[in-house]
Amino acid sequence: MNPAAFYPTATDYLRFLPELILTIGGVLLLVLEALTGDNKDKSSLGYLAIAVVLGAMFAVPVALANPGTSFNGMIVSDGFAAFFRMVTLLVGLFTLLCSTSYLSREKANTGEFYLLVLFSLAGQGIMAASNELIMVFLGLEIASISSYVLAGFLRDDKRGSEAALKYFLLGSFATAFLLYGISWIYGVTGATNLVAIRESLAAGTSGNSMAVAAAALMLIGLAFKVSAAPFQAWAPDVYQGAPAPVSGFLSAGPKAAAFAIFLRIFQTSFESFSSRYEPVLWILALATMLVGNFSALWQSNVKRMLAYSSIAHAGYVLVAVTTNSNVGTAAAMFYLAAYALMNFGAFAAVTHLAGRGESHVTIDDLKGLASKQPVVAGLLTVCLLSLTGVPLTAGFFGKFYIFKAAIDNHLYWLSALGLLNSAIAAYYYLRILAAMYMHEPKTTDHPEPVPGGIQLTMWFSAAGILTLGVFPGLVLDYANRFATFVK
Amino acid sequence: MLEGYLPLFVFLVLCIAFPLAALLVGKALRPSVFAPAKLESYECGIEAVGGARGRYSVRFYLVAILFVIFDVETVFLFPWAVRYKQLGWFGVAEALVFLGILVVGYVWAYKKGALEWV
Amino acid sequence: MTLEAFFFYAFTTLALGGATLAITRRSAVHAAISLMVSLLGVAGLYLLLNAEFLFVSQIILYIGGILLLFLFVIMLVNLDAGRGLRQFHQRWPLGAAVTAIAGVAFAILWSRAKLPPSQTMPDVGNVELVADTLLQDYLVPFEVVSLLLLVAVVGSVLLARKRA
Repeated sequence: MNPAAFYPTATDYLRFLPELILTIGGVLLLVLEALTGDNKDKSSLGYLAIAVVLGAMFAVPVALANPGTSFNGMIVSDGFAAFFRMVTLLVGLFTLLCSTSYLSREKANTGEFYLLVLFSLAGQGIMAASNELIMVFLGLEIASISSYVLAGFLRDDKRGSEAALKYFLLGSFATAFLLYGISWIYGVTGATNLVAIRESLAAGTSGNSMAVAAAALMLIGLAFKVSAAPFQAWAPDVYQGAPAPVSGFLSAGPKAAAFAIFLRIFQTSFESFSSRYEPVLWILALATMLVGNFSALWQSNVKRMLAYSSIAHAGYVLVAVTTNSNVGTAAAMFYLAAYALMNFGAFAAVTHLAGRGESHVTIDDLKGLASKQPVVAGLLTVCLLSLTGVPLTAGFFGKFYIFKAAIDNHLYWLSALGLLNSAIAAYYYLRILAAMYMHEPKTTDHPEPVPGGIQLTMWFSAAGILTLGVFPGLVLDYANRFATFVK
Repeated sequence: MLEGYLPLFVFLVLCIAFPLAALLVGKALRPSVFAPAKLESYECGIEAVGGARGRYSVRFYLVAILFVIFDVETVFLFPWAVRYKQLGWFGVAEALVFLGILVVGYVWAYKKGALEWV
Repeated sequence: MTLEAFFFYAFTTLALGGATLAITRRSAVHAAISLMVSLLGVAGLYLLLNAEFLFVSQIILYIGGILLLFLFVIMLVNLDAGRGLRQFHQRWPLGAAVTAIAGVAFAILWSRAKLPPSQTMPDVGNVELVADTLLQDYLVPFEVVSLLLLVAVVGSVLLARKRA
């Protein structure tokens, strides 16, 4: 054996650069947090974390400029990975922007929050770029464990602690399924590399029936992570109980990363028996849309309603996954990017409006918002219209491309039922709009000024939604170009 | 291949046999006298207070979980140790990065007072 | 019966018997100790497969570390408070049915599966092989594990330490 043969080259590091920056930044923040005293406002660490995320964002094109696998095929740097790295980093940036003021308001502004966000982003980046089931598992665990702690970060808040506990228990359960599936796949094919698994299954040298069962186990684990029905039960409690910026983070970032590995694993490794899992995905997609939309109808708590709506949106993305085609993958990528903008925009508004201790999170509390805070109401309206799927917003084109891909792949019933679902969804989004615009304010007290970070997030997401609503090609062309995987 | 483990097996058998033998021989030799005091818990001669199933402090948990985490770290270093020579400086660098990240965590936990008992 | 077969069945009995006791004992402490027996049995199976490194890790980590943690957590909660509550292991018929179905499904899959040819492990200790694989081919996962452990340290301390 000759260690020199295994020395990673500079290109290897460049392909892994975003995660390296996030990890180093997170560790640096941990040192700084340890060195600075307790009981101080640590907003400056938050600004440092924002700088780290921006640095990682600049590293994404660098990684993309050096396409290929690195470190013995552990990591693959392709357009697909770059896309999801960018989406998760954007969500992370939004989270950090909204958190500094939120944490100061809740008197919990410590550096650990920011470094956990960075570590979670590193895990999501590893998920997006992993070409190996062991890396998938490690990335998923890093992202998940950070998220569990973030959900319960406000330790004096009982709902938050409950959310963290539920998230932890069900999340670990889901990871166990995934891990069990991985071990079966390794037993059947003798490989954990996605491409090697594909080759082994395609060559027919290894058993198919066990591989299908392994794929089913992994499907269950991933369905938990993307909150697909019937594995969605954790999502409403967690999103309602977690701090509002964290709910936004969880509903957009880790979900996008989970969909990334979902798409990559099933289309790279398990493509040879796609006809076996397609009906399962069909049912999963429909059930997820129905459960999400119908449960959202009855909610009076905005955070809980957005949680059910995020389940429904996972259902739409699953429709795209069901098509098992490059067009479908591109549609899913576009949708997840648009969804990150619109959902986080909505959660940013909730973060501001909830007030200290998150005491104002019902639809009644939003009554008359248009006359009290017209700008916030306007920006929230853009996000909600996009979530509904109204033309000229990113959400419209997201749904359009998904259902177009579904029809192209002859999934007529699923498309029809999906369209019906988005009509139902309009009801509960419009209910918030009606409360904001058609009611008098409950109280006449002077509204608090919107913190700069939240303002920036809301303006940015609204601008992104409208831009993509007029020029969807900006993202879609990219998605179409990179919707194929290294095989 | 099992022959290599013969000493271990003999050791195991002795470990099980010795306490069993001691207990049985003791039972055969000692007089059997019943007294209620014999059934009480022995606390160094002081009368026992409260049940044995009292609740532990959460600090035990914290110490235990930190122990498990650093235990895992140690296990990962075993393979490196047996191939230390062949891996050369590259292996040292790998282990240093691995340890470095965890030492930062240790320093942070120490600074946060996670290891303080009172 | 060969010597290896004898030890295989002995260790399997330990693993399965311990596991059964772990889920049927009412006392949580007894269940944890039974789990230790089960873990020991699994460790023995690793040894039969020549996976010495796994054998040692199983003993050091699971029995020496994780089981200890389990016991601390059991002692942390108020066991007397739970004594009066209805135990949910009364659902055992359902659990047994699901297990039976899963077992049958597994047997069917197993009989129909084409498995790769089994490889014989080299007769020497395999810690060196683990080292070569872990520190060369799996270099990045090895380093990423330290990040995972770091997140675990931060998370557990944050959630469990005294309120500031």
